[in-house]
Amino acid sequence: MLELRDLCYSVDTPEGGLDILRNISLTIPDNRLVVFTGPNGGGKTTLAKAIMGLVQPTSGQILWNGEDVTGLSITERARLGISYGFQQPPRFKGIKVKDLLGLASDKKLLSKKDACSYLTQVGLCANDYLDREVDTSLSGGEVKRIEIATILAREPRLMILDEPEAGIDLWSFARLTETFGDLHAKASCTMIIISHQERILSLADEILVVNHGTITHQGPPEEVLPAIVAGTLGDCPMITKEATA
Amino acid sequence: MSELNSVDTALLEVIAEMKNGAAPGAYNIRKDSGCAGRMNTENVVITSKEDKPGIDITFAPGCKETCHIPVIITESGLKETVYNDFYVGEGADVLIIAGCGIHNCGEDASEHDGIHAFHIGKNAKVKYVEKHYGEGDGLGENIMNPTTIAELDEGASLQMDTSQIAGIDSTRRDTRIICAAGAEVVVTERLLTHGKQHADSDMEIVLNGADSKGRVISRSVAQDDSVQVFRPRVVGNAKCFGHVQCDSIIMGSAKISSVPEIAANDIDAQLIHEAAIGRIAGDQLLKLETLGLTPEEAEDRILKGFLA
Repeated sequence: MLELRDLCYSVDTPEGGLDILRNISLTIPDNRLVVFTGPNGGGKTTLAKAIMGLVQPTSGQILWNGEDVTGLSITERARLGISYGFQQPPRFKGIKVKDLLGLASDKKLLSKKDACSYLTQVGLCANDYLDREVDTSLSGGEVKRIEIATILAREPRLMILDEPEAGIDLWSFARLTETFGDLHAKASCTMIIISHQERILSLADEILVVNHGTITHQGPPEEVLPAIVAGTLGDCPMITKEATA
Repeated sequence: MSELNSVDTALLEVIAEMKNGAAPGAYNIRKDSGCAGRMNTENVVITSKEDKPGIDITFAPGCKETCHIPVIITESGLKETVYNDFYVGEGADVLIIAGCGIHNCGEDASEHDGIHAFHIGKNAKVKYVEKHYGEGDGLGENIMNPTTIAELDEGASLQMDTSQIAGIDSTRRDTRIICAAGAEVVVTERLLTHGKQHADSDMEIVLNGADSKGRVISRSVAQDDSVQVFRPRVVGNAKCFGHVQCDSIIMGSAKISSVPEIAANDIDAQLIHEAAIGRIAGDQLLKLETLGLTPEEAEDRILKGFLA
């Protein structure tokens, strides 16, 4: 179970302190699929990064399976089963796709069969990619799908994905949503996905609308989605009727 | 011939992947300016030069062979200049594994200046692998100054992979490769410097023949207070293709100067150069940490991949 208690994060600006996260408290039971949505700059990514340790909160607590992980490093959290898929994954000269999957996997030697399986789940043909370097020769969509494959390879207990749909074509996106749905059905991990896509929003057990550093709305898709579409949740311009059409 | 001890065999394994001083095919082991082992085969003949230090290596036309020619120096203060000439017959397909290892536990500088000249016949194919490595707990510097001159006849190819792994305090590398029509050269240079080491590399690829190709790939990491200077140059004198790519990672208080140059003397010469110097990107480290690596492990892995 993931529990956030009064999580705050603020930064200094020339105009004074700016609150990015304001007293966020939240409990996510095991094996739930929760989607963070909301306008750009609302605090979704910062909240997700704080859970992974990529951002150190100014105050508050993060508990993972009852353990206070607020002061733990990224590495320590990763070893506790928390994983994070970046919105814009980095590229590595000289590191091949199979190397990255091998690093991600806790298995000492990742089998080709397993590596292929992870790539297939994100809609990539393993034979075309395993020996390619994760460098600028890959498109943004390819790097993004490899990023998600590395998260699958970790077989985490808590999977955080920041806009997995970004840069991915419609056909591959359909494959990805299917993978997320299958993972959720297996109830093998808790999933937090930052997304604006209705297909992902509708997979959720719960949708959280994050805006102005707080959770402004929270509920199942059947409650929150119609409100988003109707525009009754306030300023949430990222989600439009066209996006859900 | 001198005997090989455990230090020698360890060096030979690092620089030339030779197990217990042995290798398949022809070989010549140079140790402390002497010969510590030589094997000729039907197609590969190695002979000592009579007028100066070094060897001539002749590969028969059409042969497919492997040849190891490592150099090791374990005597502190030894300085040598060695001339090795390679004659590769028409249509031959050869792998040459060179490499120089210095084990210096003394106070004096040890230095190996290797001057290699390749004469590569028509349509012959050569892969040349060279590793430089230094070790030892003495104060004496390990110095290597390799010079490589290669002439490729029509349709010949040369793949030259050089790497300086660690422990070389000072190196000055001069490389000059001349390509005739249809010849192709790919030079991959990998370099890691640390401490107060200094590395200087001048390279010139001259594309004289029609449809000749030259490619330079340089990857380097400069750590601590080390200094690196690269000057790769590709000259196109005919319809040809040339590409220079220099990538460096800078760390600590190191200094890197990368000066790629392309010069076209023919309207159909197509030449490109790219050069980049930068530190390890923070998002790369963070990504690997999210995979469970410590920051130190992440840095090592990034550097290992970059120099692989």
